[in-house]
Amino acid sequence: MTEKKLTKGNIALAEGAIQAGCRFYFGYPITPQNDIPEYLARNLPKHGGTFIPAESEIASINMVMGAAASGKRAMTSSSGPGISLMQEGISYLAGSEMPAVIVNIMRCGPGLGGIAPTQGDYNQAVHGGGHGDYRNIVLAPGSVQEMFDLTIKAFELADRYRNPAMIIADAMIGQFQEPCRLTPEKPVEFPEKPWALTGRRGREPRLLKSLYLGDYEQEEHNLFLKQKYDEIQEKEVMVEMQHLDDAELVIIAFGTPARVAKTAIAMAREEGLKVGLIRPITLFPFPSQQILEHSRRVGKVLVVEMNTGQMVRDVRIAAHKDAEISFYGRPGGGFPFPDDVLAEIKKALGGGAR
Amino acid sequence: MYYDVIMAGFGGQGIQMISQIVALAAIRRGLNVTYLPSYGVEKRGGRTNVTLVIADEEIGSMVTNHPKCVIAMDTIAVDKYRDQVAPKGLLIANASLVPEAMLDRGDIVPLALRCNEEALALGSVKLSNMIALGAFLKKSGILGFDDVEAVMDEVTPERLKNTIPANLEAIRRGIEIAANGAS
Repeated sequence: MTEKKLTKGNIALAEGAIQAGCRFYFGYPITPQNDIPEYLARNLPKHGGTFIPAESEIASINMVMGAAASGKRAMTSSSGPGISLMQEGISYLAGSEMPAVIVNIMRCGPGLGGIAPTQGDYNQAVHGGGHGDYRNIVLAPGSVQEMFDLTIKAFELADRYRNPAMIIADAMIGQFQEPCRLTPEKPVEFPEKPWALTGRRGREPRLLKSLYLGDYEQEEHNLFLKQKYDEIQEKEVMVEMQHLDDAELVIIAFGTPARVAKTAIAMAREEGLKVGLIRPITLFPFPSQQILEHSRRVGKVLVVEMNTGQMVRDVRIAAHKDAEISFYGRPGGGFPFPDDVLAEIKKALGGGAR
Repeated sequence: MYYDVIMAGFGGQGIQMISQIVALAAIRRGLNVTYLPSYGVEKRGGRTNVTLVIADEEIGSMVTNHPKCVIAMDTIAVDKYRDQVAPKGLLIANASLVPEAMLDRGDIVPLALRCNEEALALGSVKLSNMIALGAFLKKSGILGFDDVEAVMDEVTPERLKNTIPANLEAIRRGIEIAANGAS
């Protein structure tokens, strides 16, 4: 077994990108994700990679698109307003089926906001953000190890489905440190790319585009994309579940709130309160099936987020119709302590706890 | 086993350094660790603090507002964190900069260390963080001197390797002072 190193979340992500075979990074600085370009500026060239500090986020995402079109693994990272500027490019990537990884270490918004931890960009990442009828693959790491492992996973999924993959994390996950294994768990997958623009000499020309003007051409394309999203939903859900067997309440949370919830659940169980956890690791595909099954059986659901209520809407859609769903949110850089979540657990269980 | 500690002071006092030492020593003992630094404007003179959680089981929350121990290297740190210390918890304070009267809360164990004077007596005020670290090792009991000694080389940047013997001596001094109650 490889020795674990005390590693910062953002650094684990950047090293994960290198080990995933990412050789092109384009980005524009913004806190709280600056460790990523700093690390890649120093280390990507050592692996024969190219690091370009772009003149803007719009340039960054279009450079990513160029590298992706040629079949290379490419990434950009940013935060808040920078990710907003990239939305047009992300939509183009989805429309023309080009794989790339976009990282958002979220900062508070709306507007320029602040650099404190938040989960305000869930809707932007999961429900579009750019124009058109598309979905991002969205991964939500909950530990430094997952910052490393899920970055590799993001490149693999992006290539497998020819679709942009986003990683979203709050600044706590980006900036705290934990012991981390900085080698891939299993050999990294590199699918063939028979669509990549590599120079047409000796073969038929290839075309990557997102413009469909013929009768029903666009509809056909959208239905094809839908089929792809359905396949992703069916095959790629990742979710962590704890203490559900005897639970009378299930907490649903991702990122830092899920970590805090784990401590709160341990505290609750010491007081005899039976609480379990569902932690979505993929936000798209969303673990709707798991939420349906467990909310039907458990009956009570508490969603904890660092925003005013974004994922909770997806939980309401997924959960059983009779489930009682409550929400605890700390927006704009506020974050919950374990006692806060424990208090919400007690409130949610109310008099109904047996 | 579960232990959480907040270490706080101003930039340049070596808070991040002693946190790194404790974190790495715990990892080498096979324990889980989360290390959450303050972020924002971190430069010499700015505020700096670290929340460390050390456990032999999976660590959930990396934030805590009832730490078992606070190491406060100046008055602002005492002001901010004294009331958060868990009941019966430990408050280690740098009495060279903090009036001892500030440490009293009634239900916690205060330990006033004259870190700066002790460090100066060993040759450099820069060793004050190591005095506090030694006291922490002794009082918390979660790690021993040997655990820390074993990782000093790894956490010390190349240009500072020659400071390791003095740092170790200061840690030993901190342990000694804590064993005697205070300095």
